[in-house]
Amino acid sequence: MLNRLTISALTAKLVKREVSAREAVQSCLDQIARVDKKIHAFISYNADDALAQADAADKELAKGGGSARRLLGIPVAVKDVLAVKNQPLNCGSKILGKFVSPYDATVVEKLKAAGAIVFGRLNMDEFAMGSSTENSAFGITRNPWDTTRIPGGSSGGSAAAVAADEAIAALGSDTGGSIRQPAALCGCVGLKPTYGRVSRYGLVAFASSLDQIGPLTKDIRDAATMLGVISGHDSRDSTSVPQPVPDYAANLTGNIKGLKLGLPKEYMIGGLDLEVKAAVDAAVKQFQKLGAEIVEISLPHTDYGVSVYYIIATAEASANLARFDGIRYGARVDGMDPIELYRRTRGAGFGAEVKRRIILGTYVLSSGYYDAYYLRAQKVRTLIRNDFLKAFEKVDAIVTPTSPTAAFKIGEKSDDPLQMYLSDIFTISCNLAGICGISIPCGFTGSQPSTLNAQPRLPIGLQLLGKPFGEETLLKIAHAYELNTLWHKEKTATVI
Amino acid sequence: MSAAQFDIKYVAHLARLHLTPDEEKKLGAQLGGILGYIEKLKELDVAGVEPTAHAVPLVNVTRPDEVRPSLPHDDALRNAPAQANGLFIVPKIVE
Repeated sequence: MLNRLTISALTAKLVKREVSAREAVQSCLDQIARVDKKIHAFISYNADDALAQADAADKELAKGGGSARRLLGIPVAVKDVLAVKNQPLNCGSKILGKFVSPYDATVVEKLKAAGAIVFGRLNMDEFAMGSSTENSAFGITRNPWDTTRIPGGSSGGSAAAVAADEAIAALGSDTGGSIRQPAALCGCVGLKPTYGRVSRYGLVAFASSLDQIGPLTKDIRDAATMLGVISGHDSRDSTSVPQPVPDYAANLTGNIKGLKLGLPKEYMIGGLDLEVKAAVDAAVKQFQKLGAEIVEISLPHTDYGVSVYYIIATAEASANLARFDGIRYGARVDGMDPIELYRRTRGAGFGAEVKRRIILGTYVLSSGYYDAYYLRAQKVRTLIRNDFLKAFEKVDAIVTPTSPTAAFKIGEKSDDPLQMYLSDIFTISCNLAGICGISIPCGFTGSQPSTLNAQPRLPIGLQLLGKPFGEETLLKIAHAYELNTLWHKEKTATVI
Repeated sequence: MSAAQFDIKYVAHLARLHLTPDEEKKLGAQLGGILGYIEKLKELDVAGVEPTAHAVPLVNVTRPDEVRPSLPHDDALRNAPAQANGLFIVPKIVE
């Protein structure tokens, strides 16, 4: 049952040599063998390689290396958008063919340097475009709490693997909510760091001004540990910020007396599920009980977030995905001339959602429409960012639901892209503003099983948004909440 | 922008993306709906507002102009769909 442990609990056992890293990896592999046919969190994994890494970790642990390296012997799985040397990388797409990464992403280098056992390719929406992990060329991932439902997306494999105890922790990427929303829907912790906090080198780019890599974990302390490992300036990413990395875990004091939390009035929208609202209201009361002060705030341009996002993200994606042309890597469909080769390769290689976004992004950047769409969206982005910076003059963090509903049914929104986009309404602005955000478990639906529209028992996520480089404060608030609740301890019967 | 004005064939050509007639029809209709939703940005007065391209105020980040090791030739070619003599093979470009 080592696979069920947190990073901190497993580390304690590893350092004392009560258990070996090999046993820890084996228990994750056993769990994958047992449940992943139902969940399909992993596109692939290499058991021999993971066990070989475990043996190397065990040798070091025997020498007493556990104290210096924060993740020594910890199995961490990664989303299929991050380069791991000599492992396949597909971004959930057909177009990369049999691509094998020639180098490690910076975050992967850092995980390895900290002693982690980096294993597995976690399923995702193709090129991280989606909110349900239904857009993968490798099949859908199912929510461990109810396998007829989606796990969220685009990091659905990462969230499902952590929730189903198939990995101790995972990495995902978040462009408009792709870490936080699946974390909420699967009942785990998901952190999107401030833009520039974590190097994007070796992350396949979707929307370069919005993408960040972050951890999905079983509790807040683990999120703090993972963030501490992967953060920091990197000369290979010109947008990474030379800002010192604090000891995030050391700041988890449990004391949030006097901190001010903002409740944006614009987030109480129609379409917000009543049970989600009740859970968030209860969490707000809990924060008050812990001594935080609740302040109503306004983020007046909230309503424009989805529009701005789907212009900027698709514009950047259309440029970033131009590199998948069948020339230097990946799959190729031949043509008589280069243009025909590009068109055929891309037509055959990309799935429907990726095509939709490339077309939209190309259109908003095209001659005659640039000012009306792209430039205007960039200006409204400034207004959205200013809303947040102004709010943060009054409050230390902002509290919202992560997602307006719990996990929806597989297929429910797959034919209606706009409805799918609107499911990201609470998470999108955070990326546009470049601030940090975290989703933490705050309850379950199905608390009133006798009512007419009774929902099954599904996790609900609470989102905390913080100032640029305010991860320390976010984690401290989230941790204080976690100390006083038991939501994060609950496991789904599907995977026990 | 209505769906009728949206010339999907032209945009697909710009994107170097082959679409089947079915895809053209379906995508055209869906994008018409999305563009209709996006129209609401026009409600806002953005006169005098500076655009944000990046949320982080870093500009002109450069490194010293020094020769450094880069991806070895064989590694760079390893994932090529077609290669020979240490080069990528592409369709004929010049007559």
